[in-house]
Formats: sequence, structure tokens, C-alpha cells
Amino acid sequence: MSGLGLFFAILGAALAALLAGMGSARAVGMAGQAAAGVVTDQPDMFARVLILQLLPGTQGIYGLLIAFVTLLNLGVIGGTPDAGMSLLKGLAYLGACLPMAVVGYFSAIAQAKAAVASIALVSKRPDQFGKSMLFPAMVETYAIFALLISFLALLGVGNIG
Amino acid sequence: MSVLPMKRVLIVGMRPDRKKMLEFLQRRGVLEITDKKGAAGEEEDPLFKHIDVSGQKTTFEKNVTLATQALSVLDSVYEGKKDDGGMFAGRKVMSLSDYEDKASVQEEAMSTVYELNALSKRLSEIQADIPKYEQQLEALRPWAGFGEALDFNGTRETKAFVGTLPNEQTQQMILEQLGAQGVDADKVDISIISASTEQTCVMIVSHNKDAKEVEEALRHMSFARPAVSGGIPARMEEDTVKRLSELRKEADETREKIKTYGEKRELVKFAIDFFTLRADKYEVIGSIAQTDKVFVVNGYTTAKEAAKLENDLESRFDCVIEIEDPSPDEEVPVALKNNGFAGPVEGVVSSYSLPGKGEIDPSTVVAIFYYFLFGLMLSDAAYGLIMILGCAFILNKYRATMEAGMRKTMQMFMYCGIGTFFWGAMFGSWFGDLPLVIVRTFFNPEADFSLALWVEPTVEPMAVLGFSFVVGIIHILFGMAVSAYMSIKNGKPMDALFDVGCWYLLLIGAVGIMIGTDMIQGMFGLSFVMPPALGQVFKWMAIIGAIGVVLFTARDDKNIGLRIGKGLYGLYGITSYLSDVLSYSRLLALGLATGVISSVFNSMASMVAAPPVIGVIFFILICVIGHGLNLAINALGAYVHTNRLQYVEFFGKFYNGGGKPFTPFEEHTKYYKVTE
Repeated sequence: MSGLGLFFAILGAALAALLAGMGSARAVGMAGQAAAGVVTDQPDMFARVLILQLLPGTQGIYGLLIAFVTLLNLGVIGGTPDAGMSLLKGLAYLGACLPMAVVGYFSAIAQAKAAVASIALVSKRPDQFGKSMLFPAMVETYAIFALLISFLALLGVGNIG
Repeated sequence: MSVLPMKRVLIVGMRPDRKKMLEFLQRRGVLEITDKKGAAGEEEDPLFKHIDVSGQKTTFEKNVTLATQALSVLDSVYEGKKDDGGMFAGRKVMSLSDYEDKASVQEEAMSTVYELNALSKRLSEIQADIPKYEQQLEALRPWAGFGEALDFNGTRETKAFVGTLPNEQTQQMILEQLGAQGVDADKVDISIISASTEQTCVMIVSHNKDAKEVEEALRHMSFARPAVSGGIPARMEEDTVKRLSELRKEADETREKIKTYGEKRELVKFAIDFFTLRADKYEVIGSIAQTDKVFVVNGYTTAKEAAKLENDLESRFDCVIEIEDPSPDEEVPVALKNNGFAGPVEGVVSSYSLPGKGEIDPSTVVAIFYYFLFGLMLSDAAYGLIMILGCAFILNKYRATMEAGMRKTMQMFMYCGIGTFFWGAMFGSWFGDLPLVIVRTFFNPEADFSLALWVEPTVEPMAVLGFSFVVGIIHILFGMAVSAYMSIKNGKPMDALFDVGCWYLLLIGAVGIMIGTDMIQGMFGLSFVMPPALGQVFKWMAIIGAIGVVLFTARDDKNIGLRIGKGLYGLYGITSYLSDVLSYSRLLALGLATGVISSVFNSMASMVAAPPVIGVIFFILICVIGHGLNLAINALGAYVHTNRLQYVEFFGKFYNGGGKPFTPFEEHTKYYKVTE
């Protein structure tokens, strides 16, 4: 059974990158479709709708970030991983990664829906670009909270014997 | 920090001066014209009438559309230098005399526009035709060896069926199928012209008397006439090929012809602007009241410009001008005026909403926190320097022609860059941990140092988290203080005392109590002992504040029970303060995002750095791409989330907005700005 701890820890990192990345990929795709539709008629809106399309992409980055910090802590990157890690510690790493993984996935998709609506708003009222960015950003707040909790938890888990 | 005072303006001018004066006002761009065209069916004043100029206006607008179309046609094939100056350059300045000289070439400009659009129309016709002929060529291919016309019907005595049968079939197979339909093999003559897996092209000949029978049988076998009809395939193919090459040649020629209009590009641009100006002018002409002899313009201008405008108009035209202060209940348009420090964030304020009646211009307070918060979120000294230098370079390069809005945006990001530089230096982030990575990779793998002037967020995140909350508390209290200031200014000191004062006591008391608790001390690694006396002070502040909130939140309510009830509900609002403060944890989170993504790229770069020379090149390449990407995505994040903190957490405390922006009658041109 030895090595199972390390397995779960890496599973945590993988899930953070996986779920948050999947969510953002879907989200950016959804927003991209809406953005492309707007650019067909209004090519000069490109820069604005591109920014709106990018907004739900941050969850993927946050997921990457948590995955990276986990792998760094484990020594998988730039060190030697501890194959004898206790099961408790491994599961703790997995738990620490979960907020970012799960919230990352769902918030990205929710944010994409807001971004799609904002793209429609900007296509009709280009002067409202400033406000239109805020609606998707409201959703992102929760991804940021998840990132913060995952990060703080990871630092704490590192101290488990 | 101010909303510019406005003056009401009434101008009465002579009809012959009308166009000249309106053009002058349009160029000055300081007067918002408030006249509205009377609604349909509304009774007109017998003396002052509105004239209908919608016909002219529509013509000008159509010209603008046509010219814009022509420009895009030209740009789609034009290969020369476009000389539009890019997004920062702004409009070209054109003197009035130049403008008046050029106005005479509008005929030429419009004929250019018509020619270009005609060429473009021809080009798109050709482009629609080419695939049609290509299709025809494709359809003729299976009939290549057929010597008769495709609509060949037979001779006097015989009937010929030219067409296709599904799938690849041999003569034998066709005969069998005909036989199954009751047609004898000796009644027909079958020649197969070509066969492929999809279809078999055949000519089946029968005697006239058997024709009906054969036709019926063929119908059951899904026989179809050829997709193309007409003459002999070989000749048709020849014609189609010829036609295609003609069309292709014509398309190339048309494109070349459009290219020759390259030098008229400026003229087309001018036409767009010229007709935009005229359409706008006619919009105004249609909205003002006029008699046979005079016309009247109503509007607003800023107090600062009023006297100068009066002078300029009176020295140029025979007119009467009245300038007066707007009445207090009028909805006056809002323009902001700020110094160089706060001016750049006016755009942030106005994209939320301009100050409504009785509100102050929040630009200055927004500016103070804006640069600070943005810096804290992006927090990388090198990124800060890039922003400062980049914006300064652009501001300097285009200083002559840059539009005011773009200039303010650039200045805002330059100041944000200063904040970013400051916090990056405090947190020791220069392209993330690049200095350390470089030393470790190329010089000494054992090296360890920190450039942080204060703390590194990745090492002591709790300290920075605590600091973020403190920043949040200050930001929120500041917003409440502005609210109190506005209440006092508007003659409602009681609002300031009860709505802000009580909450101040409660919040400061609550924060004080919390700092004293073991949990908070443990969390942030604080280690001071709260003096009991001070603890008592905080406790009583909170209690008095809470009682004040309960008693005075609904102070206008006569019913005591209801008033206390509403007060208790008001006290529940403390949860929203809690969530407001927690929202500032994004300051740490976004800072961490910048730092950790930087170190992801840095360590990727260090992994490929081993081989000499090539390694260094890859190292630099990964760093440039990675940090470029990181700067772009995190600057966007910092911008969006700084706005959010300002709009939701900060403005929520004191600012409603709702002001109508000041929109003077001015030149809404794209390429040229005509000046006096």
C-alpha cells in the first residue's frame, strides 16, 4: 500500500488542472462562438469581444497554478517525490486541491454564460463595454476564493508529518 | 475633483448665418444642443417652425454608408501603405481653410465612391458565377465522349433516352432490369457512355412505338436526365472553359482596377467625414425652431467656456446670446474636470455612471485607491516598469494627435504601472522569481535570496491576506466617510451621524474585538496582548454602535415596534460588511496568480537551459513568451477586479450616479479633425 499517499496527492494536482481546465476550455469555447457571431457583422468589435471571451479562461490558469504548487510541494517538479508519503497526507493534498477543481469547473461555465450575455450586450451597446465586463467578473469571485482556499490549504498540508 | 458647473445658453441668430454658425459650433464642440424636433402631431408654434430636413440628412447618411463600403472595398485589395497611424494616433488635424478647399472635391469623392462600389459589385457577381461554371464543368465530365447533344431526342423513327442510372452498371445488368420490367432486349439499343460507382451515363434508343413502354421501365429504374442540358458535351465543355477563363481574367482585372484607386483612399476617408459632419449638422437644423428671418438654439455649455463662446459668436455673427444659470430642478448634463492624477480614472467613473444630482465627482478618491489596488493585484516590479515605459512611450510618440479618451486610458495604465512596480518591489517579484532562477540555473544552484522589501506572498500568504483585509476595511470606511461628507454637504447632518457614525462605531469596535481574539491572532501570527482597557473601549464602541443602528436606522418610522424591527434588520446588514471585506482576499489571490504563473514559466525555462548557447536562447524565448502572456492575462484580471472593488464594494457605500453625460455638438468624425 505504500506509495498510495503520493498517488492521491498527484491525483489532487491532476484534478485541479483537469477539471478547471475542462471548465475553462468549454467556457472559452462558448464565449468564442458568441464572439465570432458578433465579429461577422461588426469586425471592429473584435478587441472588445475577445476580452470578454478571455474572462472565463482564468479558471484554467488557477487550476494550473494549484496543480503546479502541488507538484512543486511533492517534489515531482524540481526534486524527488517522497514515495513513502502517508495515506493521510496524500488524501489531505487531494482535499486541498478539490475546491479549485470543482469550483473551477462550475464557475467557468457559469461565467461563460454571463460572458455570452455580455458579448450580446456589447454588440448592441458598444459604449457599455465597461459594465459588460463586470457581470462575468462577478462570477469569477468564487473561483478566486476557491483558489485562495486551495492555496492556503496546500501550504498547511505541507506541514503534516 | 469636481463636476463642472453648467450654464444655459440661448442663441438667436439670423437665417443667412445659420449654416455658418452651426458649423462653427460643431468645430468648437462646447455646446450641447437641447432642442428637440417636435413630436409628430404636436401643434407647431405659428411663428417658430421646425423645418423638415430628413431628406437631406438621409442622403448624407447614405453617402457615409456608401463611402465606408467603398473604403472597405479598397482596403480589401489595396497593398500600399495605409497611413492611418494605428489605434493610438487619433484623427489628423485639418485646418479650416484646407477643409473648405477640399469640400469642393466632394463630387469627385462621391464619383470615386460610386465607381468603387460598382467595381466591387461586379467582382462579387463574378465570384458568384465562377463556382456555377465550375459545377457545370464537373457535371459535363462523365459525358465527355458523347457525340450527340445532351438533349438529343431521337430520330424520326426512334426515340433516344439520354441520362443517368444509379450505380455502376453494365449493358447486361441494364438489359436484365429492363427485362424485369417487361421490356424485351431486342426492343432497345443501349450504349454506355461512362460508368462510375455513383452513376452510369447511358443512351438508350428504342423504336417510337416502344418508347412509352421503355420510358415507363426506365422510370422504375431511377433513370434521370443529365444535370446539364444543351449541346454536344465536348463543345459545351470548351465553351465553359473559355467562359471561366474570361471570368477569372475579368476578376483579376477588376481587382487591379480597384488597386489603382489606392491614391484616392484619403479622398474616400475625407468623404466619410465630410458627410458625417453634414448629416450631424442637418440633424441639428431639423431640431431647432426657426422663422423666415431668425433661428433659435437652446443648449448647455460649461461655465468656463460660456464667456469665450459668447465673445466668439458675437464677433463673427449678428446674433443675440443669453447665458444664465440653470434652475435648481433642471437635469443638467454632467462633465467632469480633474487634475492629471485623478483625470485618468474619469473613464472608470463614467463607465459606472456619472454623478447624479447633489453627488460629488468621486474621481479623486477612486484614483487614490485605483492605482494602489491595481498594483497590489498585478504586483510585479518588472511588469510595472514595462507598463510605465510602454505607456510613456506611446503618450510621447502620439502626444500631438492622440484623442483625449485614449490619452487618459494610457495615463491610467501608466499610474497603475507605478502601483504595480511599487508592490512588486515590496513583494520581491521581478518577472516572478526570475533573478533567483537565473542565478541558480547559470551560476550557483545552491543560491537563495529574496529581493522582497517587505514579504513574499508565496512564503507568508497569511500576512498578505491580513494586509488585504486591512486595505479592504480602510477602503470601505473611506467610502462611508465620503457618504457622510455628502450628507453634511447636502444639509443632512443627521444622516451622516446615524447612517455612518453608528456603523463606524460598530465596525471599528468589531474589528478591535476580533483582533483581540486568539483565533485571529493565531491565524495571522500576531502576538501582541490587547490591553484590557482598550478591549473594553472596543467592546463599548461596538455596543453603542449596534444600539444606534437598531434605534436610528428607521428613524422616520412613527411606529416604535416597526422602527425597532427595521433597525434589527438593519443590524443584520453587518454580514454584508463581512462579505465586502472578505472580497478583498482577491488582492492576495490575484497577486499569487501573477507570481506563481511567473515561476511556472521560469522553471520551464530553467529546464531547457542546460545545453550551452542553444539553452540560453530557449531560456530567453520561453521567458519572453511566458511573461508576455502572463502580463497580458493578469493585467486584464487586475483591471477587471479593480473595477469590481471600486464599483461594488466602494461605490456601494456612497455613490449612485445617474447623471446624464454632457454631449456637445461636435465633430464625430473618424479620420480628420477640422480646427479653426
